[in-house]
Amino acid sequence: MNHLFRNYAVFLFTATLLMTMNAKGQSPVSDASMQRGKTIYVQRCIACHQPDGGGVPHMNPPLDGASAVKAKDKFRLIQVILKGMTDRVEIDGEFYSNNMAPHADLTDQQVADVLTYIRNNWSNKAGAVTPAEVKAARAKLK
Amino acid sequence: MNKSISLLFLVSIVACDSSAGDTLQLRKTAAILPDSNNAGLKLPAGFSAFKVAEKLGQARHIAVNQQGDVYVKLERKLNGNGIIYLRDLDKDGRAENVSGFGNYIGTGIAIHKGYLYASSDDDVYRYKLNDKGEVENKEVPEKIIGGLINRRQHASKSITLDNNGNIYVNIGAYSNSCQEKDRQPGSMGMNPCPILDSAGGVWQFKANVLNQTYANGVRYATGLRNVVGLDWNSQTNKLFVTQHGRDQLNNLFPQYYDDKANAELPAETMYEINPGDNAGWPYAYFDNQQNKLILAPEYGGDGKKEPSVSYKFPTMAFPAHMAPNALLFYTGNQFPARYKNGAFIAFHGSWNRFPLPQEGFYVAFIPFENGKPSGKWEVFANGFSGVEVVNNLRSVAHRPCGLAQGPDGSLYVSDDNKGTIFRIMYQGN
Repeated sequence: MNHLFRNYAVFLFTATLLMTMNAKGQSPVSDASMQRGKTIYVQRCIACHQPDGGGVPHMNPPLDGASAVKAKDKFRLIQVILKGMTDRVEIDGEFYSNNMAPHADLTDQQVADVLTYIRNNWSNKAGAVTPAEVKAARAKLK
Repeated sequence: MNKSISLLFLVSIVACDSSAGDTLQLRKTAAILPDSNNAGLKLPAGFSAFKVAEKLGQARHIAVNQQGDVYVKLERKLNGNGIIYLRDLDKDGRAENVSGFGNYIGTGIAIHKGYLYASSDDDVYRYKLNDKGEVENKEVPEKIIGGLINRRQHASKSITLDNNGNIYVNIGAYSNSCQEKDRQPGSMGMNPCPILDSAGGVWQFKANVLNQTYANGVRYATGLRNVVGLDWNSQTNKLFVTQHGRDQLNNLFPQYYDDKANAELPAETMYEINPGDNAGWPYAYFDNQQNKLILAPEYGGDGKKEPSVSYKFPTMAFPAHMAPNALLFYTGNQFPARYKNGAFIAFHGSWNRFPLPQEGFYVAFIPFENGKPSGKWEVFANGFSGVEVVNNLRSVAHRPCGLAQGPDGSLYVSDDNKGTIFRIMYQGN
């Protein structure tokens, strides 16, 4: 009995953990979030970053395979969405010339959805971004 | 069999005949073999092509000296060099001798009256050429212009020279449409647009005076967003430019422009420039469906309203966003007569036509008579992209960027995606 109970407790604990993290310690990705993220991507991102997330050479950086997109630390990624990007910085060995506008008008949920989409579409499998993470980053950036 | 015999025959003529200059050049060209698939290009009948060099990286504009050697300006250094010098020692047309110099990146390069001119994204330099067309003092160029504005966007300083001692420099606008907040939906245009004081136009400087700045230059024409292509028409002594029009009408002003309108607007444009011209950027753009200038939405436009001020009308309009990166008036004798004095344009290819396929990625031609277009533009050399339909820029192989004419009248095309230099020849039927 005791033994069974202990097993059950371990199962419950693991299941709870799995609901918030996957094997790599990533937040789980929901289909609903991916769908909503795709809609935002088509409206806001696709022109520059292209349907395949490959970007435009020397102009708009790729998202597919990009180390910043797949990064464990999501703060920088959230920052780019909320603040845009106009600096000359090297991205995975290349420079890009176009300016990206801030998208601070998106809600925490929308930012989380579009980032979840780009982190888990094409060859990317980097886990979700949660609205809570966006909220925290937004507060820090103010 | 027949072909190789006639080739041998040609080579022997070249070897024997050392008197006739032009004829000799033509025969030499005839002895150069194109690639079996014309380097993947689709060309009009009688034309052929091959790759002079490959893997040079971001090969922007190019210049060919009287010996047929090619100078390539790079936007990213290759082995530490910003300029590549290509030599063909065994006279098969392919460059086997690749060297470099210049510790700066950039786009512009030109050969004029014994000098090689080259630009970084901030400055313009020149190098004296010796009688072999070589740069002798590679590490110490003369800086003729310095301190030009460079804010990442549209930073390329394309150049051309006239026959009267002047050099013309494109100083692209560091903005899409002079919005208060660049590329932000609904942000209105600054009025007057402060960018136009130092960019968004063509500036004229002296070709032989060192250390010039804005104070020494003349704003030759304004209201030009970014004219990556420019060339001097020596037949009529006029400057011609090709402009990259603005982007993102649909993202920025969705109340007036849907995705399809954005894909087709505004036209890319070519202008014959007179001193003091104003082509309207950022206040207006050219709509080639309505065939008129339209007030930009950043300045109160709605896709239909016309500007109250009159701006320069384009010499020629092209489909939107195709990015005309180079312009060259053909003065050679190798190509058939209809090409003489006509304009070649290298279209880099669009990225901002989603959900429609991207367009461009070819070299176009416009026939000219007496310095004016005498017909419509046509696709001259196609197939650079390597794919039938471009839906993603990542799938594109080559993007035409620079044009140059060789001493024998061959047309050279650079590609800044993979760094290939193409040479197109006419060898008849």
